[in-house]
Amino acid sequence: MTTTPQAVRRASPRPRPPADERLPGATPAPAADPSAGLLPAAEPVRLLDPTGTPLPAREDYPEPPVEALRELYRRMVIGRRFDTQATALTKQGKLAVYPSSRGQEACQVGGVLAVRDDDWVFPTYRESMALTARGIDPVEVLTLLRGDWHCGYDPAQRRTAPQCTPLATQCVHAAGLAYGEAYQGRDTVALAFIGDGATSEGDFHEGVNFAAVFKAPVVYFVQNNKYAISVPLSRQTAAPSLAYKGVGYGVPSEQVDGNDPVAVLAVLNRAVAHARAGHGPFLVEAHTYRMEAHTNADDATRYRDADEVEAWRDRDPVARLETYLRARGVLDDAAVAAIAEEAEAYAADLRERMHDKPAVDPLSLFDHVYAEPTPQLVEQREQVRAELAADSDSEGER
Amino acid sequence: MAITTMAKALNAALADAMLDDDRVLVFGEDVGQLGGVFRITDGLQARFGDKRCFDTPLAEAGIVGFAVGLAMSGLKPVVEMQFDAFGYPAFEQIASHVAKLRNRTRGALSVPMVIRVPYAGGIGGVEHHCDSSEAYYAHTPGLKVVTPATVEDAYSLLREAIDDPDPVVFMEPKKLYFASGEAELPARTAPFGKAVVRRAGTDATLVAYGPAVPVAMEAAEAAREEGWDLEVVDVRSIVPFDDATVTASVRKTGRCVVIQEAQGFAGVGAEIAARVQERCFHALHAPVLRVSGLDIPYPAPMLEHTHLPSVDRVLDTVARLQWDDQPDSRWVAA
Repeated sequence: MTTTPQAVRRASPRPRPPADERLPGATPAPAADPSAGLLPAAEPVRLLDPTGTPLPAREDYPEPPVEALRELYRRMVIGRRFDTQATALTKQGKLAVYPSSRGQEACQVGGVLAVRDDDWVFPTYRESMALTARGIDPVEVLTLLRGDWHCGYDPAQRRTAPQCTPLATQCVHAAGLAYGEAYQGRDTVALAFIGDGATSEGDFHEGVNFAAVFKAPVVYFVQNNKYAISVPLSRQTAAPSLAYKGVGYGVPSEQVDGNDPVAVLAVLNRAVAHARAGHGPFLVEAHTYRMEAHTNADDATRYRDADEVEAWRDRDPVARLETYLRARGVLDDAAVAAIAEEAEAYAADLRERMHDKPAVDPLSLFDHVYAEPTPQLVEQREQVRAELAADSDSEGER
Repeated sequence: MAITTMAKALNAALADAMLDDDRVLVFGEDVGQLGGVFRITDGLQARFGDKRCFDTPLAEAGIVGFAVGLAMSGLKPVVEMQFDAFGYPAFEQIASHVAKLRNRTRGALSVPMVIRVPYAGGIGGVEHHCDSSEAYYAHTPGLKVVTPATVEDAYSLLREAIDDPDPVVFMEPKKLYFASGEAELPARTAPFGKAVVRRAGTDATLVAYGPAVPVAMEAAEAAREEGWDLEVVDVRSIVPFDDATVTASVRKTGRCVVIQEAQGFAGVGAEIAARVQERCFHALHAPVLRVSGLDIPYPAPMLEHTHLPSVDRVLDTVARLQWDDQPDSRWVAA
């Protein structure tokens, strides 16, 4: 079964070989180049230039409504403030570690704005900002990094998988979830976030392939931020673009300027519509940049130049969208100030709620290993209970 | 009682589960039209359609990861790994997601599924087709691991696995697939977490599971000629493990040999021997001994008989249970 993207790029027709020249059992020759509509454009889709000046409109990627762009801006500003606050919390010892997504705001927020609340999102550990933009309580998002448990939010209720640390494994989950939802007659789309490094993992390829074979409504969204901790993109792939990885699986793909918030949302809107319409998965590569080190524990000066980082400062996605929305007349000083104030309040609330160490219960370690604890776990829980009781007795004696 | 095989009992269990619950989906490599390389899924696609029983791309991590997503959407996947060693690519999915999702999410998300693994040797298979991989799974908290040794247990344990709220690795001893036995299906036997005494005896306890159970039974029969009356306990449920039945038997007999087909070092048999020793020390007349495969990669078919625990090796080991109350000469310093 061939997929039919909504806007088919033109491809030159190829002559059909005579029927008797084809190999027995070979797929019948298509009328046109079989890669038509699967390969990404030669250049990343861009609707705003780096200064925020609009580029000519594109029929294949209509600009999202201005209200959506205003909301995108608002959540990007709050997202950036959240990110800064989380980094500060690591310095105060409130978080064990934090992988920043500063510079990737267009992708983080654009990604979750492109899907519905009842769609499923499959985030990685770098998607804390995306999850807060999806409306999940930031304290619940940071539970993993604070260390009082693994996943702090309810994935079933939020339709958001736990942040995935093993690389690319979520790509297959997204395929299964999306297929299972469609199988049960629901029009759910799964959005799987993935980084450039993880496209080297087998599970990325297995996930995209399963989604394609089973025509599962998944959008694979690769944030190519150029580094996998310290390893540059050139060590991940020799492909002209990560979006070229779709064609081998029969999956239409596109590349987009990941620091152009308007283009990111426009491309993802089309990808989500493609998946929801039953045409199968879609792969999007966003070219962006991780402005900070991998985490607060990393030293990025060991593997990249300050000049390179400076060059990306000029492509800042938040400033780019602000310039554009001001020029459109839908954002003024007062609105910018109000959103900045809202972001400050968001950070202050987070700071306050992260101030005290959360209570943890050692006996809860035995909960949820199985639906019912095994006899061995019951024994071990009793042993820990006795140890705790002995500890508190000896503290009482002091 | 009708005579049937374990393969047919497993097939019947899958069919009955699919009939009872339309959320059950069976998939893997060659399980559709072909009915599986061992025919365990024979006829399921014809009967239930290719949406309920279907082939997938040949990618085991993909199969198990896909099952994780299906389970998240509320379906009940039953997947086949085709052969023990072919399941290794799926290990990350199994260890990091299948086993842990319930715990990672404090119970908000669970992914009940059955991962069927045809395992172990004794069938003249070439390399990568005869591994005993149960210890990897048993060492992973969050998974249940069961293995039938009888036709009735094959049916009953598989039905229970599909109904279980936790993910189950269902280890199927390949060499027993076509061994026949009496069974009235649908049968329901002892539940998960229960070991079963297959043969009562008074002198020593043989603890075995899966492909080692028939070896233990045969050894117990042969031991009568040597004057030993041996009890045989079939573990069935490796996780959760039934300490109570095993220790009750050993406290009664005072001697114990643990038999497994897998290589011995750091294996399930080592865990069982340690548990018995911890719980039965004062009842033991001899150290707990083990009979296992050798600590080697699974051998080529013409050499596998040397590797596999044999009746003779079991009897030789039983003979070392200090019947004369003298220390085992091989452990005494020269």
